Amino acid sequence: MRETTHKIARRRKTGRRHPFATVALIAIGLGLTGGAYAAFNATGSTADAAASSQSDIDAGKKLFQANCASCHGLEAQGTSEAPSLIGVGAAAVDFQVGTGRMPMAMQGPQAQEKPSQFTQDQIDQLAAYVASLAPGPGIPDSKYTDGDGDAAKGAELFRVNCAMCHNVAGAGGALTEGKYAPPLHGVSPTHVYEAMVTGPQNMPVFNDKNISPEGKRDIITYLRFIQQNPSPGGFELGALGPVAEGLFIWIFGLGSIVALTVWITAKSN
Amino acid sequence: MAQDDNGGTEITPAASSAVDRRPGDPGTAVIVQDAAENPGFPPHRARITDKDPRKQRRAERTVYTLFYVSIVGSIWAVAAYIAFPIESGNIADVRVSTLAIGIGMALALLAIGFGAVHWAKALMADKEGIDIRHPVRGSDETRDRAVEIFKEADTESGFGRRTLIRNSLIGALVAFPLPAIVLFRGLGPMNEDPVKLLSHTMWKRGTRLTRDPSGTPIKASDVTIGSVFHVIPEGLNDKEDALDQKAKAAVLLMRLDPKDLHPRPSRKDWAYDGIVAYSKICTHVGCPVALYEQQTHHLLCPCHQSQFDITHEARVIFGPASRPLPQLPITVDADGYLVAQSDFHEPVGPSFWERH
Repeated sequence: MRETTHKIARRRKTGRRHPFATVALIAIGLGLTGGAYAAFNATGSTADAAASSQSDIDAGKKLFQANCASCHGLEAQGTSEAPSLIGVGAAAVDFQVGTGRMPMAMQGPQAQEKPSQFTQDQIDQLAAYVASLAPGPGIPDSKYTDGDGDAAKGAELFRVNCAMCHNVAGAGGALTEGKYAPPLHGVSPTHVYEAMVTGPQNMPVFNDKNISPEGKRDIITYLRFIQQNPSPGGFELGALGPVAEGLFIWIFGLGSIVALTVWITAKSN
Repeated sequence: MAQDDNGGTEITPAASSAVDRRPGDPGTAVIVQDAAENPGFPPHRARITDKDPRKQRRAERTVYTLFYVSIVGSIWAVAAYIAFPIESGNIADVRVSTLAIGIGMALALLAIGFGAVHWAKALMADKEGIDIRHPVRGSDETRDRAVEIFKEADTESGFGRRTLIRNSLIGALVAFPLPAIVLFRGLGPMNEDPVKLLSHTMWKRGTRLTRDPSGTPIKASDVTIGSVFHVIPEGLNDKEDALDQKAKAAVLLMRLDPKDLHPRPSRKDWAYDGIVAYSKICTHVGCPVALYEQQTHHLLCPCHQSQFDITHEARVIFGPASRPLPQLPITVDADGYLVAQSDFHEPVGPSFWERH
């Protein structure tokens, strides 16, 4: 009994003084530091790479190669037809594929919105694959897309940052050479958030340093508010402003004046 | 009809001599004797309400029903005002109330109008008559008398004779608009040269670029490629004339790939690592230009479709603007925040008298 403890103690001593002990210690130290840094970084970024399993990534890669690779390249490196998708993040995939803009039906001034060709599971797999290529903006947390923020603050942010293209009522508007800012009515809050973060097509990027996630939540709240509350002025006529209103009064206002004039001056039977 | 020249007697269509020409009046130079004869009016066609008493009664019914409908509309509007209160402040309630009251009032007015017109057309006397227009020129007698009156007035008032009174009156009338001119001048800047005010903005060396509307400073690292920031100068929100200052100093901040930018050599250091700042005020008539397309790098003005190419110093590539947008030279300070190097090097916004 006594001899055994002595033996263990001696073995420990020799272990600590083993020629490889320093190397092992340094390796452990480096490993711990790197691991902690990686863990800290992962929690810091919005990308939830941990949530997507390797099987999702593999399934997404197959979907990508079957549906996207002809334009974006087999490794998503981009071709002369389409940009590289390395680093665009899961948010870009969820927005572009989820709103049906991708895969594009044809080349044009900009990708059109259409019914999505994929199920949400398939979109998630595609997003997991693209997110696995390089870090990028992730799918937003649902606490930022619930639409329960400050609508008044959101309206101010919307007026400053969004209204010049998307119209103050979110009805959309024309850009140059056939491009346009789409109407925002009926767009899901997640897609609105993702569009702000990723800047699809010609829309600029509004990163979290420009408009904070809380600000984005307020904007989503404002959009929800104007969709749920009727216009106080009666018919909106598409909320397009002077063009729609002018055309309406031109056709129906002047038309009824002409009709009344004809009726008043016509001879009675 | 009450002021007919022919005293209410109806005149039948007559030959063209209805207007009696004064002797010596040359009339028209061309004599149109060979023209087709005036066919006069088509024969009078009796209305159905004149021929058929039943139709007449029906028209009568229509007219008084319309007037009753108008009464109903008025009462409806009053009832709607009570029935649909807007005390909740809810927009939907406001809308319902406005709609209901509006329908009542429209009914009240339109029914009176339609009833009156229908009454006049279908039931009031249906006789055709001609009222001959009298000549515009007065008789010589009237004209002489008018001249006489003027002369009399001049003699009686002494307007032509008492020149001191006349001239002082003219002087008073000339001086009368002067207060208006002075008062309107007071609306403009008083102690400063307007040209200088229009030529300078709040930006100066070291002013930080801050976000609109929060006024928080922007780090160069915050501006990722493809981003656009709407920028106001630091301290703008504390200014008393913040809106006036913003109208001149608003800036759009964009980051492009530095190799996409093609600045002239003297402006090489006006950007910071692909971050460029341009005035947001259109050089055409001063609308805010902020429709930035991050792939084409074109900036579109929504008012008159002027387009500016950010890759080439915001030169005009389409539309009525005549000058590129002024560029704000920027750099970063010791803390990494974006700051202006100076004010704009040219006046922002549209042309004014001293700048064409």
